[in-house]
Amino acid sequence: MEVRVANVRKEFDRFPALHDVSLDIRSGELIALLGPSGSGKTTLLRLIAGLEMPTAGKIFFGDTDASEKTVQERNIGFVFQHYALFRHMTILENISFGLKVRPRSTRPPAGEIRRRAMELLDLVQLSGLEKRYPNQLSGGQRQRVALARALAIEPGVLLLDEPFGALDAQVRRELRKWLREIHDRTGHTTVFVTHDQEEALELSDRLCVMSQGKIEQVGSPDEVYDHPTSPFVFGFIGDSSELPVTIENGEVWVGGRAIGIPAHDTPTGPARLYFRPHDADLIEADASMAGVVTASRRVGGTRRVELEVGGDGHKVEIDLPFDHPAGEKTRLSFRPKRWKLFPAA
Amino acid sequence: MATKLRARRHRRVSPTSESRLAQWTLIGLSLLFMGVILVLPLYAVFHEALAKGIGTFFAAFAEPDAQAAIRLTLLVAAIAVPLNVIFGLAASWAIAKFEFKGKAFLITLIDLPFSVSPVISGLVYVLLFGAGSFLGPFLKSYGIEVLFALPGIVLATIFVTFPFVARELIPLMQDQGTGDEEAALSLGANGWQTFFRVTLPNIKWGLLYGVLLCNARAMGEFGAVAVVSGKIRGQTTTMPLQVEMLYNEYNATAAFALASLLALLALVTLVLKSALEWRFGDEVAAAER
Repeated sequence: MEVRVANVRKEFDRFPALHDVSLDIRSGELIALLGPSGSGKTTLLRLIAGLEMPTAGKIFFGDTDASEKTVQERNIGFVFQHYALFRHMTILENISFGLKVRPRSTRPPAGEIRRRAMELLDLVQLSGLEKRYPNQLSGGQRQRVALARALAIEPGVLLLDEPFGALDAQVRRELRKWLREIHDRTGHTTVFVTHDQEEALELSDRLCVMSQGKIEQVGSPDEVYDHPTSPFVFGFIGDSSELPVTIENGEVWVGGRAIGIPAHDTPTGPARLYFRPHDADLIEADASMAGVVTASRRVGGTRRVELEVGGDGHKVEIDLPFDHPAGEKTRLSFRPKRWKLFPAA
Repeated sequence: MATKLRARRHRRVSPTSESRLAQWTLIGLSLLFMGVILVLPLYAVFHEALAKGIGTFFAAFAEPDAQAAIRLTLLVAAIAVPLNVIFGLAASWAIAKFEFKGKAFLITLIDLPFSVSPVISGLVYVLLFGAGSFLGPFLKSYGIEVLFALPGIVLATIFVTFPFVARELIPLMQDQGTGDEEAALSLGANGWQTFFRVTLPNIKWGLLYGVLLCNARAMGEFGAVAVVSGKIRGQTTTMPLQVEMLYNEYNATAAFALASLLALLALVTLVLKSALEWRFGDEVAAAER
């Protein structure tokens, strides 16, 4: 099902949590709401679910206006960060809950409920654990039960609030892959909230980067990583280096020297230059940036060095081959091969 | 290295354990204190009650006044405890699940009966419903007696015992948060289904615990009830009042027989509580703060 968020604003006690947010979620896609804490991503998810009501604006499920509908009427599946499994019920009872509480007219017969719950237990690979209680399962298993419980009511939209936030790194990676598989198999429109960019980039079809109650950028992982449209997105997604520069004569200047980067589209004056550490090339030319190494550490197959550039103590990071001899106080000249300029705010 | 470690372990079991002497002194002091303050009086109650033989002991219960007192006490508890359960549930639900102005004030207010002398709790109702008040004569004109009758006793008992259930549930419900309820709602459950299938099972041990304490206090309350009851023998005397009256009439055996029944109630409450803790230890522990 398509979900359309139209000009939604949300205030808590006059404190604005979301300002005028609009977002189109396509049918069947897996979309991530990504942002630091306080960015409003969870609030947006809870508004879609109907666990919060917007101060202004509307939310559409397909063509119907869902803004005034209660959470029960919206037919959504919600997965909580801390599972929220019913601790006094067995795993099977947890999964069947959504079907058992239906009014008699729409409730499937008991045998059918059981059959469907067992099927879902199989889908989340927990067959044989139906008689256990939640506190007898590991965190990863509990979250899978929570997902099965949400899927049992055949929701139009599946909403996950930091589903892997309480799990350790290993389990997190496994579940991530597994969630993608489940999504591809069931085809639910899925929205999940995360603050982990790696998770968002790996898992989602599209991601929606949020900051301070606003949407910064929406796009595929490649688009967002390669073409960030704001300094925030550049800094938040992936590693980045950032430097204050000056634009003059259609060129970028650092510390009184042109560094060989054209800047025809950026207005003359102060600006900020962003690039990825792995996009920096060492070059021997006058038109380059020069810096002195202040720190160096091994990161996987490369060496990441911190350079002090210009006279003002600004530091940037670039990646070198791991066997590069640069040590502390070594002077290096480099120029990024891909970059982005933003006018200074 | 290994022998050194073993030697050290011999000397001290753990860095936080005291010397034997200190251990036994502390344990001995606690036992002595408990013996003098708790066990000895309890023993005295049963000893005195049975002093003139088992026959006299049971004869005390055959008295119509004693039976009336027991019936009244049970009736008062049967009314006050369920009302306090409903009030306690409503108050703790409101405090734990909603944000509203004056919440801290409400919590303080719930504690009021703990800090007010029971005699004053009784006097409040005398002032409210007494002959000189507005409400008393008004209700009397409709044939409703509050003071020196069952309604007054019930009101005073409710007042004194209402913090028990709420006090037990508020921290528990605050701790559990609203996640489970939200999950139930998102799965399509309505408000009542959510309450009976999710909220109530989550708090059942805390609730039971609160009910036990509330009941023990409701049956044992003396001060507040004494002020409003008027002590009409066979009509408005509850068990604690009857005990005092019998004692003042130098009828020690009957007084202590009735007192032993009250003491027995306390013991049953304690045993039930321990049994619950033993049987459902983890859940009850989780239910407490």
